[in-house]
Amino acid sequence: MTPPPLVVIAGTLAVLLGLATMLTWAERRLLGLWQDRYGPNRVGPGGLFQAVADGIKILFKQDWIPPFADRPVFVLAPAIGMMTVLLAFGVIPVTALWSIAGDLNVGLLFVFATMGLGVYSVVLAGWASNSKYALLGGMRAAAQMISYEVFMGLSTMGVVMTAGSFSLRDIVQAQAGLWFVIPQCLGCAVFLLAGIAETHRLPFDLPEGENELGAGFHTEYSGMKFGMFFLSEYAGIVLVSALVTTLYLGGWQGPVLPPALWFAAKTGALVCLFILLRAALPRPRYDQLMALGWKVLLPLSLLNIVATGAVLLLRAPG
Amino acid sequence: MFGILRTLWLTFLHLGHRRVTVGYPETRPALPPRYRGRIILSRDPDGLERCVACNLCAVACPVDCISLQKAEQDGRWYPEYFRINFSRCIFCGFCEEACPTYAIQLTPDFEMSEYVRPNLVYEKEDLLISGTGKYPDYSFYRVSGVDIPGKAKGDAEREQPPVDLHSLLP
Repeated sequence: MTPPPLVVIAGTLAVLLGLATMLTWAERRLLGLWQDRYGPNRVGPGGLFQAVADGIKILFKQDWIPPFADRPVFVLAPAIGMMTVLLAFGVIPVTALWSIAGDLNVGLLFVFATMGLGVYSVVLAGWASNSKYALLGGMRAAAQMISYEVFMGLSTMGVVMTAGSFSLRDIVQAQAGLWFVIPQCLGCAVFLLAGIAETHRLPFDLPEGENELGAGFHTEYSGMKFGMFFLSEYAGIVLVSALVTTLYLGGWQGPVLPPALWFAAKTGALVCLFILLRAALPRPRYDQLMALGWKVLLPLSLLNIVATGAVLLLRAPG
Repeated sequence: MFGILRTLWLTFLHLGHRRVTVGYPETRPALPPRYRGRIILSRDPDGLERCVACNLCAVACPVDCISLQKAEQDGRWYPEYFRINFSRCIFCGFCEEACPTYAIQLTPDFEMSEYVRPNLVYEKEDLLISGTGKYPDYSFYRVSGVDIPGKAKGDAEREQPPVDLHSLLP
């Protein structure tokens, strides 16, 4: 039985926003764990309410817009960031029945469309801030996200070819026998790297690059507008993790446990991987980042498509 | 590529390492006795102030946070006031090194935070403790040749009686 759409929407929104908020705490605790320290552990049990305290603090900060900024665009940019991430969640199938948009037959394309729009948030923020660091961050973000988007799409084509559908639900159901992470390991690795670059997380956080750009595209932002960028970044992590789960790790499928729990567990593990990457790896130089994208990952994803196509043709009946 | 995966794995292994953080208000740090914290003025074994207001500490202080004024009573010198501005003090311990009478000493106590800045200025009554601090047996007047009531010249420990100059005449 399909739950009523309003319940699905409200539930997904609540879980997602709550998760993005709590991730600010979870990330700091996990980073602390991996760096042999504690992280925030004062507010509430284990520091659990740190996110609440941060939220209250950030809400009561002055909502300041620099006088030299382009006001409407400056206000719009963080909203775009949040909106595109939330939109992309519309087609993610948490279970076979739990998905806001139902079974959209171009689900994967829709996700890529919204993630492509997400670039506007960063670029417009950098542009509207009218300051050099923000602009540099915005330009970097534009170049990075556009070039990584190319093979982010290409790397999933192997999945689409094997499953024979763009619908995320069909893709998950096609993994009933074998998760795509095994036959599509190359595509999975490329997609994961592209996903990290797409959410501009460490080690690919060059748009922010605080040691060279101040804070990059959100240098001029403060208060809840900055918080919005922050939350959309964390929601983006959850989104990419959920996408990898859906495309390569068999989505909700798994033995014994209920499907929603399997989905949550896989996504959570991937989120932890994101945080581990941040704890362990340094940031590459900007030209290294672009070279990695165009010279390594793009050929790899093309190779993946060719290989997958060849195997599919060989196996095709007749 | 292998290096990146190795880094990830080694960082992941830190999951099982002991944390190095000392949770300060709950866990107290173990401070050594010679820790340079809050400055105090000690007394000699007889319960009298050790400070002789020689001003050497104030001279040695690189940030000029010590201020005092000499007073005199029955041949004994003592500070009329002794003021340390802890908002300036850098806890370098030079005053303790400069002190000829072991009067000024640094202690293993660092919890001196205040909400109001003037409260960081400690007067003599705030600094003076009733004990002898790190040197329980030392008394300046007992070993020096200063003439005070109850102890004439030559009466101090390891001090010879003063020589009668007239006996040295040829």
